[in-house]
Order: sequence, then C-alpha cells, then structure tokens
Amino acid sequence: MQNPITEPSPAAERGPAAAPIVRFDRVHKSFGDLKVLDRLSFDVDPGERVTLIGPSGSGKTTILRLLMTLEHVTPTKDPAAEGGVIWVEGKPLSHMEKGNRLVVANERHLRQARKKIGMVFQSFNLFPNMRVLRNVTEAQVHTLGRSKDEAEAKARELLDLVGLSAKVDNYPSQLSGGQQQRVAIARALAMDPDILLLDEVTSALDPELVADVLGVLRDVADTTSITMLIVTHEMGFARDVSNRVMMFDRGVIVEEGAPDEIFSDPREARTQDFLRAVLAE
Amino acid sequence: MNEWNSETALEILPAMWQGFLVVLQVTLVAGIIAVVLGLLVAVGQRVGPPWLGRGLSGVFQFVRNTPLLVQVLFVWTATSLYINPEWSAFAVGSAVLGVHYASYTSETYRAGIEAIPVGQWEAATALSLPAHRVWGAIVLPQMMRRSTAAVANWIIAMFKEVPTLFAIGVLEMIAQAQKYQGQHYDGAVEGYTIAGILFLAASYPVAVAARRLENRLAKSHY
Repeated sequence: MQNPITEPSPAAERGPAAAPIVRFDRVHKSFGDLKVLDRLSFDVDPGERVTLIGPSGSGKTTILRLLMTLEHVTPTKDPAAEGGVIWVEGKPLSHMEKGNRLVVANERHLRQARKKIGMVFQSFNLFPNMRVLRNVTEAQVHTLGRSKDEAEAKARELLDLVGLSAKVDNYPSQLSGGQQQRVAIARALAMDPDILLLDEVTSALDPELVADVLGVLRDVADTTSITMLIVTHEMGFARDVSNRVMMFDRGVIVEEGAPDEIFSDPREARTQDFLRAVLAE
Repeated sequence: MNEWNSETALEILPAMWQGFLVVLQVTLVAGIIAVVLGLLVAVGQRVGPPWLGRGLSGVFQFVRNTPLLVQVLFVWTATSLYINPEWSAFAVGSAVLGVHYASYTSETYRAGIEAIPVGQWEAATALSLPAHRVWGAIVLPQMMRRSTAAVANWIIAMFKEVPTLFAIGVLEMIAQAQKYQGQHYDGAVEGYTIAGILFLAASYPVAVAARRLENRLAKSHY
C-alpha cells in the first residue's frame, strides 16, 4: 500500500509559531486488548516545558516511553492518511522513510533518532557496576564519540552543577536516592539532549530528598532551553516550571492550558476531581 | 590383599599423581569449554533469532537429560568410527564433559541475565549505547557477579565427574588404579583411597574459595 510522505498534519489547535519539536499525530498505543492511547494528537514547541498530569493508567508515562522508543506505537495501515506517527524535529521518530512511504522504524533508525532525546527515570537506573563519573561518561564516549578527557570534563561540570562533585568516585549504592537521581539527571544532560523526558523523578524518593532533585531541575529549566516533557505528581513544581499542563485520562487529553489556568481554575470536572485528590495527599 | 598396605600405597602414588594431573588437565580444558560455550549460548538465546534460542534450548535440554557416561561412550564411538579414529580420548572426553557442563552453566548465566532489572536495559537504550557496550560494560559485569559462584560450583562438580572418562581410556586416577591392580592383582584399596583423598584435597579448598567469593561478591557495591 502506498503511503506517500506528507508533512505532519496539524495536530493541535494552538497553532505554534515555530515548527513543533515534538508532534504526536493520531497516535495509537495498545497493550493487547488494553487501549492506552487513542488517536492522541498534540504538539510541543522548542523550549517548551509541558507537564502531563492525570490518574495512573491515563497514558502519561506511555507517552514518554514512546518518545524514548522504549515502547513502539501500534501501527496504522496507512500512516500518511490515518496518522499514528510520532515526529521529532520535523522527522518521523516512530516511522522511517522508505521510498516515498512511511514504514515502522527499525532499530537502526531508532538508535539514531533517539540521540536527541534524554530521559530520567523514576527508579534512577544508574549502572551499579560503574562509579558515578563513569555513569556520566560512558554514553558520551561510546554513543557520541567524545574523547575520554572531553567526556570527563563535561561529566565533572555537570556533577558540580547537581552538587555531587565530591561523589565522582562513589558507586551508586553508596549514594542516597536523591543523589542517585541527581547523577541520573547529569547523565541525561551530558548527552546534550534537545528534549528531556522526566518520568516521575521524585516518586521513589523520601520526602526530604525531593526538594534537592526539584531544585536541580528548576536550575536546568532556568538556565537551558531544553524542551521538557514532565510526568509528575509534584504540582508545585509543575506550576513553577511548566509553560503548559495537559490533563490526561484514559489516553486522551481532557484539558490543557497554562499552569495557572489548570491549577487555579480547571474547567473540566475530571481535572477538578484529580487535582482535589492529588492536593489532598 | 584387601587390607591397606602402606608400601603398596607408596608404590602406586606416582601413577595416581600422574592420573591426578590428567584430571586437572581435563578439568582445565573442559572448564574453559563449559564457561565460554555456556556464556555464548546464554547470550545467543537472548540476542539471536527465536529459532536459535529454541534450538539451543532443545539441544541442551537433551544434553542435561541424558547420562554423561552415555554421551561420552556415544561420542567416542561415533568419532572413532565416522570422523577421525586418531582423535585422543583426552580430547574427545574433555569436549564432551565441557559441552555437558555448558548445558548447566548456560542456565546459570541465563538466570543471571534475566535477573538484571529491566531498567538497566532501558537506561542503556535511552543512552543509545551500542550493543557491545550494553553487553560488555553493563550486562555481563552484573551477570557475572550473580553467576560466578554458581558457575564455580558447576566446575567443581565437573571436576568430580572426570573419572567418567575412564570408560574411554583416559588415564585419570581411577584408570591408573585399575591399571595397577591389573598388573599387580593388588592396590585397589590404596588406589581408590588415594584418589578420594586427592579429589577431596583439591575440591574442598576450591569449594571454600567459591563460598568466600560468593560472600565477597554479595558485599560488593553492586
């Protein structure tokens, strides 16, 4: 079947001034019979900080995992006509161009395409057999091809930024959860990502460690122009850092808007219920 | 004739020592095969196409479920008749023993690989690390920490099975004792006793070292 490549169709009604850095164009995602995302469309502008909120199972984390290519979209028969494609910086991420058609991306395409995306995970996922410094240099050297000296200089600079310059020779197991998460943030930033995905980065932390991690992320948001997609239950952080908040339920966007709008005056009953429940915790 | 005789023991000792050295040589060769082949199979089952994984799994299931002695005799006979009668019993026996124990070490490695949290694979993917670094720098070091003590125990078990190769004429300790007994109509008690003592003297310290290694690895930073 012919699927002539066309420019991605406008997905959101917001009409961004710049070309979107991320575009979900009628994306489907199912796990077996469970439909997680249902023809989901939205755009994210370069430099924008978008927070995804919603109850468990609403599809927020799946969106980040699709962008990081840890999950793959449920393919449509005709991507050009039916959508089902994720675009990053104007190029297909979930698909690749073959002749004049879009076909589901292979591993080689994904490996190249995801280099501009970084992710910080809920459970840190540092490599426990490597010291802190090597956790931050490993991919710089072996993915980006930087020299060892260059990678170490960058790693030390970032570990200093996250307040862990004294821990470069420690193993992750010798650090607190908050420190491990800050190393993970440094590791993701070391790859100079255009897009940073933050997946409930404080959920696994003791309450007293949350502030340090959020502080580092606020600094990153203030001092860089990295586009961020954030899944969090830290509503204060979302309000401070985001340009836009999207409320999800059952794989669709229930409501979206500026943080003040969503947190102070939500229109939808579902958003009101969710925020009441979260803020009561 | 059936009682312990120290003079006979002293007389048979050099031959038993020769047999013991053969046991160590077989263990070394078969051990390398078991460690390397087991690892290749475990990794192959993970990264190869499904048919390869199923095929390797089926072959090793068969190997684990048939007696070592039958495998040794079958392969020795088959290679002598159909492949090359010049191949030595030492080489054939070591290979069979190594492959037999690779079927166990591969399962140990496989379990070690499967025990690595999925988050490690996901972090490696998120960083776009090439496959050789994912395996060489992340998966195998963590898997080895989990598997090394268990693999050492398989090698000790294999060491104690080397006398099986007596059946095809490898001159290990039991074969030496039998040879002496055939020539002198004496020395069975002394020969088997010395064999037992040498096996114990070699395997006990290794077992203790494996236990210590296990404890040390358990206390390591990852």
